[in-house]
Amino acid sequence: MTQTHSLKQLEQKANTIREDIIRMLEHAGSGHSAGPLGLTDVFTALYFEVMKHDPKRPNWDERDILLLSNGHCVPVQYATMAEAGYFPKKELLTLRKLGSRLQGHPERTKLPGLENTSGPLGCGLSQAAGMALALRMDKQLTRRVYVVTGDGELDEGNVWEAIMLIGKYKLNAITAIVDRNNIQIDGPTETVMPLEDLKKKWEAFGWHAIEIDGNDVEAVIDACAMAKAITEKPVVILAYTIPGKGVDFMEGDFHWHGAPPNHEQAVQALHQLRTLGGKIRSEHE
Amino acid sequence: MNNLYLVDIAAKDLASEPIRKGFGRGLKKAGELDASVVAACADLTDSTQISLFRDAFPDRFVEIGVAEQNLVTVGSGLAAMGKIPFVSSYAAFSPGRNWEQIRTTICLNDRPVKIVGSHAGVSVGPDGATHQMLEDIALMRVLPNMVVIVPGDSVEAEKATLAMAKDGRPNYLRLAREATPVITTEKTPFEIGKAYVYTPGTDVTIITTGAMTYQAMVAAEQLFKDGIDAEVVHVPTIKPLDAETILKSVRKTGCVVTAEEGQIVGGLGGAIAELLAEEHPTPMHRIGMKDRFGESGEPNELLEHFGLDAKHIRLAAHHIVERKK
Repeated sequence: MTQTHSLKQLEQKANTIREDIIRMLEHAGSGHSAGPLGLTDVFTALYFEVMKHDPKRPNWDERDILLLSNGHCVPVQYATMAEAGYFPKKELLTLRKLGSRLQGHPERTKLPGLENTSGPLGCGLSQAAGMALALRMDKQLTRRVYVVTGDGELDEGNVWEAIMLIGKYKLNAITAIVDRNNIQIDGPTETVMPLEDLKKKWEAFGWHAIEIDGNDVEAVIDACAMAKAITEKPVVILAYTIPGKGVDFMEGDFHWHGAPPNHEQAVQALHQLRTLGGKIRSEHE
Repeated sequence: MNNLYLVDIAAKDLASEPIRKGFGRGLKKAGELDASVVAACADLTDSTQISLFRDAFPDRFVEIGVAEQNLVTVGSGLAAMGKIPFVSSYAAFSPGRNWEQIRTTICLNDRPVKIVGSHAGVSVGPDGATHQMLEDIALMRVLPNMVVIVPGDSVEAEKATLAMAKDGRPNYLRLAREATPVITTEKTPFEIGKAYVYTPGTDVTIITTGAMTYQAMVAAEQLFKDGIDAEVVHVPTIKPLDAETILKSVRKTGCVVTAEEGQIVGGLGGAIAELLAEEHPTPMHRIGMKDRFGESGEPNELLEHFGLDAKHIRLAAHHIVERKK
């Protein structure tokens, strides 16, 4: 259940973030569309309800940490951070431009509030392991480490090295969220490299696994709350999402994994988002 | 050059010790001096000597298992929380296997992880080519933000380790398996980024790193009897390179031999060639592995077989002095 925002407020924020993602990607002329739109509800839940953080103090030493392991989805993180007040929204349109703090893939040293540099896949869980081990050594038991990973990313061997290590040390400060959208660049995950039975795989490595609808903000919030309550194991949330969520011609189509909308497509996408898929008539600006 | 407090290499009782032992001692000391020093290893705890730290500080040690990609990336996470992580394995595996993780999560991400690669060079011996890491200097030298350190003996390795714990940058420390003559003492200076003239001379500059410095000093004694006054410059930090010390020597002698126990491409010799080509073009001969892999054998046998010893340094010096004329 939500505490600081109503469910309706959160859904509105998610919608605004999706609009910003479309604008950013159209303006950039390159980048990934499907993943960021699919992850928007997860990011909305994390930044506006789940995580302990302060946009005015990005280095606050009691903050929770979010590692985006699948760095190509960073437009959703930029758009969410701007919505939360980390930096001015107008900066979103600098995405992928020379001199921008918003690199095509996230670079920690460029933008306060980013916790890692990623893009090459499979490294977020390992870094989370190091962070959680450090927190345990320092007896800082209230801080949490969230890791968002893709599902195609789970093809990487490094991921399973990390899953094994986190299971070994029972690093319960870590909550992993897998964006289970079933697509990767070359096609459906189960065709490119089958991942199922994914839940059993994580469980076999000593994790507690929760399956949720990843496009349901409330479900994300509840699963993260449950993860906090499970202290004997690390927790993975398998968040089933629809890639391209909110824009009907992008939803579920792997061709949108690595492509941006052109101007006409962006106009069409923004129209859909502003009218909530035709549910309301007057477009808000 | 008597202010370097070097050992007389001609002494009958010249001691030998594996360079990695100095790392083990240094890390334990660093751990005593600074509680934020932590360590992780990929199932090679004793042979990389990180076991000394593990036994002293079990709560600050992480056993990663045989997973070198995870090793360095966990290191990145530890460093993110203010720890000073030393992560060790064999150089063939780290940085041999995990270069991209080092590039992205340590160098580009600017996290001060201390990567320790043991068992570098052909002197690993009977294990053969798979375990004789020869490309690590080149691999680490091309990475922005990375510091590359190759100590010449165990005493210097101990000092290097203590210095690394205080250095806020990503570091690579290259270590060797075999017992190496101890040519420095507690008082011998070591500073990251500095090269040192171990044997002063005027006719040829021999630039070396790691255990090859001892071989160069032996060669210099022989060369002196041959009528060639060789200067040996020990370069324990390959990146950043001490251009000032190297250029000062080369301007004086006018010709150069470099020697290292690694690939002839991209290592110390490559770094010196780049420097001299731009700043002071000079006749030069590089000694290293000639674009090939090693093989099984006894360490000294292999060093001689591949031309990585005092004998070959001496021959190269004669050759280059002749070319200078």
